[in-house]
Amino acid sequence: MSHATGHTLPAGEHTVTGISHNRLLMWTFLASDCMFFGSLIWVYFAYRGRYFEGPYPREVLDIPYTSVSAAVLLLSSFAIVMALTALERADMRGFRGWLLGTILLGALFLGGQYYEFTTFYHEGLTLTSNLFGTTFFVLTGFHGTHVFIGIVWLLVQWLLSLFGKLTPAHVERFFVTTLYWHFVDIVWIIIFMLVYLMPY
Amino acid sequence: MAEAAIRLEQAEYRRSALVEWLTTVDHKKIGILYYWTSIVYLLLAGFLGLLMRIQLAQPDMHFLGPKTYNEVMTMHGTMMIFAVAMPLNAAFFNIAVPLMIGARDVAFPRLNAFSYWSFLFGSLLMWSSFLFGHAPDAGWFGYANLSSSRLYSAGPGLDFWDLGLQVLGISSIAGALNFFVTIVNMRAPGMSLMRMPVYVWMVLITAILILLAFPSLTVGLFMIMFDRYFNTNFFNPLHGGDPVIWQHLFWIFGHPEVYILVLPPMGIISEVLPTFSRKPLFGAPFVIFAGIAIAFLSFFVWAHHMFTVGLGPVPNALFAASTMLIGIPTGVKVFNWLATMWGGSLDFKTPMKFAAAAVWMLMMGGVTGVMHATVPLDYQQQDSYFIVAHFHYVIFGVIVSALLAGTYYWFPKMYGRLLDERLGTWHFWLTFIGTNLTFFPMHFVGLDGMPRRYFTYSAETGWGTWNLVITIGAFILGLAQVLLLINVVKTLRQPATASADPWDGRTLEWTIPSPPPVYNFAVIPTVRGRDAYWIEKYGDGHHAPAATDTTQRREVHEPHHDNPGHGTLPPGVHLPKPSWWPLIVSAGLTAMAAGMIMYGTETLGPLGFPIVGLGTFVVFFGLLGWHFEPAIEHEEAHVA
Repeated sequence: MSHATGHTLPAGEHTVTGISHNRLLMWTFLASDCMFFGSLIWVYFAYRGRYFEGPYPREVLDIPYTSVSAAVLLLSSFAIVMALTALERADMRGFRGWLLGTILLGALFLGGQYYEFTTFYHEGLTLTSNLFGTTFFVLTGFHGTHVFIGIVWLLVQWLLSLFGKLTPAHVERFFVTTLYWHFVDIVWIIIFMLVYLMPY
Repeated sequence: MAEAAIRLEQAEYRRSALVEWLTTVDHKKIGILYYWTSIVYLLLAGFLGLLMRIQLAQPDMHFLGPKTYNEVMTMHGTMMIFAVAMPLNAAFFNIAVPLMIGARDVAFPRLNAFSYWSFLFGSLLMWSSFLFGHAPDAGWFGYANLSSSRLYSAGPGLDFWDLGLQVLGISSIAGALNFFVTIVNMRAPGMSLMRMPVYVWMVLITAILILLAFPSLTVGLFMIMFDRYFNTNFFNPLHGGDPVIWQHLFWIFGHPEVYILVLPPMGIISEVLPTFSRKPLFGAPFVIFAGIAIAFLSFFVWAHHMFTVGLGPVPNALFAASTMLIGIPTGVKVFNWLATMWGGSLDFKTPMKFAAAAVWMLMMGGVTGVMHATVPLDYQQQDSYFIVAHFHYVIFGVIVSALLAGTYYWFPKMYGRLLDERLGTWHFWLTFIGTNLTFFPMHFVGLDGMPRRYFTYSAETGWGTWNLVITIGAFILGLAQVLLLINVVKTLRQPATASADPWDGRTLEWTIPSPPPVYNFAVIPTVRGRDAYWIEKYGDGHHAPAATDTTQRREVHEPHHDNPGHGTLPPGVHLPKPSWWPLIVSAGLTAMAAGMIMYGTETLGPLGFPIVGLGTFVVFFGLLGWHFEPAIEHEEAHVA
């Protein structure tokens, strides 16, 4: 597991910690992003229950449906790990396959979120209908934006590998992408528990 | 003919110099860009301050109307914090940090350029609000729902503020990421964390603070944006919204921000005092851990800005206690600085004057800080000029003084020339007198009840005399800064003769020529202690001076001002390649913000989203171009 022990410094790079610059940058950025989602979640909780008019959370939230889409996103984390190990083994076919799988699962999650948002909208929950709508759409929307950026990033790497521009020599760079992807997944687990599963 | 050819050649040379600055990824040049941009903004925002002082010089003046006064006040505060103090700090991060840790550049040279360009464009976007006649006018902390409702603040003023700050925030976060990775990963061999210069320590702590504090502001600004653009009700009490949420979000950012501003200047003081006392920093580990303690505590004190909001006695008491706790590590620093000077062979060159004055003014601002950490006292002082006196002592007295100390101290590393001492002395004394004449009497009128942010006061309050004194002080302070400019112009017209080590310095930046060659260090130094260079020169209790090494070192120290071009790079040195992409991505980002501002207006509304889309497009393809461009010169375009 070279990616876990940090033996994959890019050629010519020497660092004090043995951690590559890119990897350290991503970890540090994710720490900052934790505070971003932390603030958003805090705002959600500060307004929790202060909903002057409906629709109320228990009227619209569909836990089984979102459980499935959460599972889809979690599966994508598995797929990206498989893509990474394939890249480490220099198995480019496997890499592209699993990467495409990750992208499709991510896209499926986003599609699910789009469907969910539309359904809520038809049930009368909008960005401005009440504070539940406002905080819910802004929180899950920023998460969705993170997923979207991740998908674009993965798609670019998939295309690069098609043209031979991403090779097993770049496993460290791809590893950094997987860090971001896992982070976005973990954030969803937290949002799913706090927003959907916690009884109102 | 020949003349025309020469002129053409000169034009080409000039253009390529311009291109060189626009595409530079050299931390020394980016530092100089940061430096001069923030100095220009210091003068502009200072000018706004003088406008306010004219208005307040006498009771019942009509120099600025209330609307203009609010705009001038808001822009003065916002720009001084986000476009002067922060980027002036960033200037010295760039100028000094890589040199002090023995590195050839920062970890991400292009990201560094991106930080600068988005700072420049974001701040220009905010300044441009004056051109459209709608500058932001809700104060630098833009309290909701004054700031979040188009009912209370019509026009695009607050949109400029909100989106301009978002761009500046991205710039700061990018810079903090970069310097965090640089300091953690790129120190010279032998430079363990505890051997790191104290300034570098303070920059590291500041980077962490920026990364953890700014997201809270980002979220708050997004909420204001949603309220203003999409009619959400985050801060509208009619629909359950709560303006106090903004205050929490803002101050959870805002109090660490104070330490983001002040810790690097404290680091500068910690470098300048030992150099000009010819003694090591007294108890350096304590100074470092005091910095860490300040940073940690700074996340638990935010509600002391909100004592009068009505959070209740228990939160108020807790936050009062945590605020007073911060006084302890701050006091530790002050005593360590005094002990550093104690018994030293003091040499009061201009940097030393500014640094010593900063210590004294930190005590002034610190003591008043502890005063209004006390809740009952704060009830009296809240929103009065006493508060204005307090934070100007810290922000001008400490931060700007220390940054001016840094200017005189590191100017030889920027330009290979020493600033004139005589002009520097005049600059120091006038600044020092001006600062105290301006901000000390504010304590008096503040305790007497003069409210901050009011555009005028009546004659029977009896505040006219002190306000006149304050205004006179402010003008002395403002005019004193002209001396700095004169000094710089005068100095830059002289030949670059500064030696590598004009102050008999202690840290690695003084081991290389002034100004340093593009690659900084021909040979990466090995570090044997905190005062790395001092030990090599004079030894310390544990290490003998590097006697065997001297001849070789002296060669390296000889000031040679013909910065070698790329043809003569020492073996093994790879320079980062100049790049347009940072500038392009920053422009795209700013276009997104500008499009959003347009979208909020009636006349340009339809143009808004297309411009946001265009900006997104530029950012996306800019990042792709960035990705594909080889980062190192001579490197083949191998991968992304």
